[in-house]
Amino acid sequence: MDLNYTPEEQAFRAEVRAFVAASLPADISAKVKGGKRLAKDDFVRWQKILHARGWGAVMWPTQFGGAGWSAVQQYIFDEECAEAGAPLQLPFGLKMVAPVIMAFGSQAQKDFYLPRIVDGTDWWCQGYSEPGAGSDLASLKTKAENRGDHYVVNGQKTWNTLGQYADWIFCLVRTGTEGRPQQGISFLLIDMKTPGITVRPIIMNDGEHEINEVWFEDVRVPAQNLVGEENKGWTYAKFLLGHERTGIAGVGRSKAALKHLKEIARKETSAGRPLIEDQRFRDRIAEVELELMALEITNMRVLSAEKEQKAPGPEASILKIKGSEIQQAIAELQMQALGHYALPWLPEALDPAWTGEPVGADYAAPLSGHYFNYRKTTIYGGSNEIQKNIIAQMILGL
Amino acid sequence: MDFNYTDEQNALRDTLSRFIAKDYGFEQRRALAKSADGFSRAHWKQFAELGLLALPFPEDFGGMNGNAVDTMLVMEAFGRGLVLEPYLSTVVVAGSLIRDAGSAAQKEALLPAIAGGELMLSLAHYERGARYEVSRVDTAARADGSGWKLSGAKGVVLGGGAADRLLVSASTGKGISLFLVDAKANGVTVRSSMTQDGGRAAEVRLDSVSVDADALVGAQDAALPAIERALDYGIAALCAEAVGIMAALDETTLEYLKTRKQFGQPIGRFQALQHRMADMVMATEQARSMAMMAAVKADAPDAAERRRAISAAKAYVGRQARFVGQQAVQLHGGMGVVDELNVSHWFKRLTMIDLTFGNADHHLGLFSDTLLAA
Repeated sequence: MDLNYTPEEQAFRAEVRAFVAASLPADISAKVKGGKRLAKDDFVRWQKILHARGWGAVMWPTQFGGAGWSAVQQYIFDEECAEAGAPLQLPFGLKMVAPVIMAFGSQAQKDFYLPRIVDGTDWWCQGYSEPGAGSDLASLKTKAENRGDHYVVNGQKTWNTLGQYADWIFCLVRTGTEGRPQQGISFLLIDMKTPGITVRPIIMNDGEHEINEVWFEDVRVPAQNLVGEENKGWTYAKFLLGHERTGIAGVGRSKAALKHLKEIARKETSAGRPLIEDQRFRDRIAEVELELMALEITNMRVLSAEKEQKAPGPEASILKIKGSEIQQAIAELQMQALGHYALPWLPEALDPAWTGEPVGADYAAPLSGHYFNYRKTTIYGGSNEIQKNIIAQMILGL
Repeated sequence: MDFNYTDEQNALRDTLSRFIAKDYGFEQRRALAKSADGFSRAHWKQFAELGLLALPFPEDFGGMNGNAVDTMLVMEAFGRGLVLEPYLSTVVVAGSLIRDAGSAAQKEALLPAIAGGELMLSLAHYERGARYEVSRVDTAARADGSGWKLSGAKGVVLGGGAADRLLVSASTGKGISLFLVDAKANGVTVRSSMTQDGGRAAEVRLDSVSVDADALVGAQDAALPAIERALDYGIAALCAEAVGIMAALDETTLEYLKTRKQFGQPIGRFQALQHRMADMVMATEQARSMAMMAAVKADAPDAAERRRAISAAKAYVGRQARFVGQQAVQLHGGMGVVDELNVSHWFKRLTMIDLTFGNADHHLGLFSDTLLAA
């Protein structure tokens, strides 16, 4: 057993770091580090830069245009990107629909969709949750009628992240009502430009437009857009959620956030001294750092155990629970560090073009909104309570 | 980065789990805890034969050249078995201290004897007034001819009653020095008592105890770094022992949830209990990660890096152990608080591990203070 990086892994890290330092546009990293609003183009530009280097999909096997990296390499890449202030590579295309297409899609689907995901052509969003189907996802009602060469889709999806930018949506739809609710679900790929689709914003608790409702009214979807077999969608959905959970651990991002928290605690003052010298506050930072140190190793243990590129097991639920709790704890401490300067709300300060005078410290504006926004992390991707059900049932056999 | 064990380490784990299953049954262990010594000399001999007592020592001195990861595997198994023999005090702490700070003659005289099971040692360092502060030593040694005279009191010396010789820390004016003292020397009083977890610890008094010049271990006035390092090995070992106990408590509790019936069904069907069980498993896995880190970093050459990691692990494991121990008791209901079931014994040992060599709050403070630098 050796928790140190091998010389090869260290050399790899140096290579990644050098590339990111040379290639990540300064305007983008300034936005990420400053907590500014990111435009669609910021995400797409970074994806294209990575793709040009052959690193557009580091988690994919090489046969599909991925980098075919090991779990350790992927982790190093994530950590370096987070540290440098790169935008998150959104998971919807790369980590959610792509593994499903690779595992269950037709050759034509693989040939068409996968290259367009990795090169940044297509923006994907997720059509899973519905107003009446949250944790109980299998109760979803959005209906797809089989009309031979096409389906007709009617219904409503919700909690759709950044769907306002999306070219495609992957959807769980009901194609059958026989048997258990899980049995009549299918997995459809739908072009967002199809007539009958309406995207309506949902404004989050930070005042930002990050999520949407998506309405389907007699939307015609070609039959060839069905992934795998009709009524087998639940199997693919579970497979997908397994992939989502590992990314959600977010160790690299939390390390960068913790570093930012410590910087803030050095700059803020309390009783005439740097806040970090306040033992009560410092101990709270220390406690979350301990959780993160443990999670970093647990994350590597879980990833290393997955030798082949198969879907992560139920252990991924542990990563999701601990990772999301840590993200929330750091966000909360960042806000708490501001004291009463957490109160002013300046949404205009999140605009990268804004040149006004900050209220309080120049890093203050995004922090409270970030805290409010991040309450989502223990809710999305299968709430932490659902994850505990998974642990109890799938790992422990209760 | 590599999470695999070597073939030798896997063989060691097998040997240990066979030993615990065969020779360390719950009733055997309870009887041992109540015996005069509080442990079994026959087991100690077995440890010697298995090479466990030689594990961390260099081959030149009859050792196995093992590292802290090997020790971790031993302690994890010992945790599950609630092993009573003074392995931590003799081999892990005092043994590594002699290995790292002793002269060639001292290593020659002591390490093969420890490895062979003929000699038990214990570090007599902590004092009552110092609580967990490693650098505070009131016991004093003054020069006396070519030798020294030691006076003072040491508290809760683990395995002190069984130790043939004590490694006593004492202030020597400009710093702390370390001395080998025969437990039966004139002026030494050892009052051994049972500990909450069935172990043994001693109050040691030194009244003008004379030792020769060659009793000094390491450099005069400069023993503190070596003592800290030895205690850090001990802490890494305690973290591993705690994880062994936590895993055992998780298994036992899970089995209980599946078999105990109330309201006409196994109580593990209730979501309130399922989620608590999931929390226990997560706490154990996270603690295991930290115990691994402690084992790897215990051998780190840089003292500041090592101490930061050790304090992080001790603080974190202490808290997770408290959680798992308390929940295991709670989920066992009344059976969790009776002496006749192993659950209460694991719980007590976990609790005492936290209080040994600095509790979770103490080490959180040490770790937290490292955030002030840079």
